Amino acid sequence: MTLTDAQQLGYINAQAADGRVNVELETDDGMVLNMGPQHPATHGTLRLVARLDGEQVTSADVMCGYMHRGYEKLCEVRSYPQVTTLVNRIDWLGSFANEVPFILAAEQLMEVEAPPRAQWIRTLLFELSRIANVSLFIGDLALQLGAQTPAFYAFRDREFVLNQIESVTGGRFHPNFDRIGGLKDDLPKGWIAETKAAMVRLRAFCDEMEGLVYGNEIFQSRTRGVGVIPAAIAQSYGLSGANLRGSGVDWDLRRDANVGLVYDQLDWKVWTHPDGDSYSRCWVRLQEVREATKIVDQICDGLPSGAIMAKVPRIIKVPAGEAYIATENPLGQMGYYVVSKGDTGPFRVKIRSASFNNISIAPWLLRGVYVPDIITILASLYFILGDIDR
Amino acid sequence: MGLVESGKMPKPLTKLLNLSRKYSIWAYQWGLACCAIEMGAAFASPRYDVMRLGVIPFPASPRQADLVVISGTVTDKIVPAIKRLYEQMPDPKYVISMGSCTNCGGPYWDSYSVTKGVDQIIPVDVYVPGCPPRPEALLEGVVLLQERIQNEDMAARWRGEQDRQEPIIVG
Repeated sequence: MTLTDAQQLGYINAQAADGRVNVELETDDGMVLNMGPQHPATHGTLRLVARLDGEQVTSADVMCGYMHRGYEKLCEVRSYPQVTTLVNRIDWLGSFANEVPFILAAEQLMEVEAPPRAQWIRTLLFELSRIANVSLFIGDLALQLGAQTPAFYAFRDREFVLNQIESVTGGRFHPNFDRIGGLKDDLPKGWIAETKAAMVRLRAFCDEMEGLVYGNEIFQSRTRGVGVIPAAIAQSYGLSGANLRGSGVDWDLRRDANVGLVYDQLDWKVWTHPDGDSYSRCWVRLQEVREATKIVDQICDGLPSGAIMAKVPRIIKVPAGEAYIATENPLGQMGYYVVSKGDTGPFRVKIRSASFNNISIAPWLLRGVYVPDIITILASLYFILGDIDR
Repeated sequence: MGLVESGKMPKPLTKLLNLSRKYSIWAYQWGLACCAIEMGAAFASPRYDVMRLGVIPFPASPRQADLVVISGTVTDKIVPAIKRLYEQMPDPKYVISMGSCTNCGGPYWDSYSVTKGVDQIIPVDVYVPGCPPRPEALLEGVVLLQERIQNEDMAARWRGEQDRQEPIIVG
């Protein structure tokens, strides 16, 4: 049996639509370029279907859902302490930061407050996970633009942070350390000095990256003026985190709506960049790593003594009610809307994760750019698939 | 490779060939979720550095790969892609299943969208448990796989006569 050209094209089209293969095919209105679902530039399993006219993108669609694990449904059948184990794995690079808003929401419903020392250590671990997250971003960014060495440097220096997280929580990635009413354990002996030494390493890493990557002419010419998001557009698409601050909007939940953490007692700065292009987003992230090392240093110096756990019942039952808590996670605003009906587990949890909103601007942003710029723009938007799909 | 297929390969030569296969594994990285980062740490970071074991983690396509490391949560939506990936790899091919999600569903054992174990779709040679496993655990999985390759009866395997061996479970 021989197939006609139209049949063959239809078959290829159907397969492309099915997302099983990477297919480049010629259609009447240009070419369809199918990136993913497994592509290094998509940080996992994102699929991007771009229609091209020559070298220019005429329209791009983002297909997500390849990493959908059904978090919101799973949260309904888990008890409160079990949910933290799950939500660790949403943004897997900065895991501790995922637990905090959920625990804070549960604490608000139960009307308990963590003791000051627990709040300080939470902030400390929060910033450490930000460093672990964003330092890998910088290496990954360079890798996607064609430079391999920075990725090795990022993996090397990230280990210092992971070591510190591990020696407190016992887990390199998924600490599951936060409890309703405080923390599981106190800091180990000698940890403060080690952390300060690690922060010195991380600052050196930032300086190194600033010269090696950000100062590189090729990097600058590939990112400056590419993928510009005006401030009004960024706000209307609901961007948050460094993507928003890279567009010149001075908005940071750590400063503007701080709940349960001690950012208001520390001396730090929110970095913004007015340009709104790929370079400015990446630059803001680099500055945030620097700022986070300073925050960690300050916390190490000013850590109060005392208990790390408030008085909570042994079996946790959260009174009926609703609470929404959002924090400024490494990727942006992460919020949990928790509805409780007085059970041991939540009745409903709505997770507002940063990447889902951040990636929603991609179709708007990718229209009219050239094919190599797709990689730059996706890299600078910085999303994590677990954070998009949950 | 006519000698190998006919089973007339002299024993010392088999050993030599197995030795060279063992130390030149091209590993395809199929990173899906959290474990992909630990796989990246094991394969691309200076601290763990899988290349000293003779594993090259940068094949351009599954058609050039001997080993695929499936790391991360396998959802029902990605399953066709994994199956196709496995079918594209040339024989003899090996699969390392890294992490609890890939082994059996892990923390998503009751989720509606997660495939409970990649071994439902493709045969797995090495299971690396952990959530996520440390990079050292993945490296041990690689070393155990290399030991298996060293002792393999290639003629039988390449003719497809040898039944699949029991999978290795790390730890």
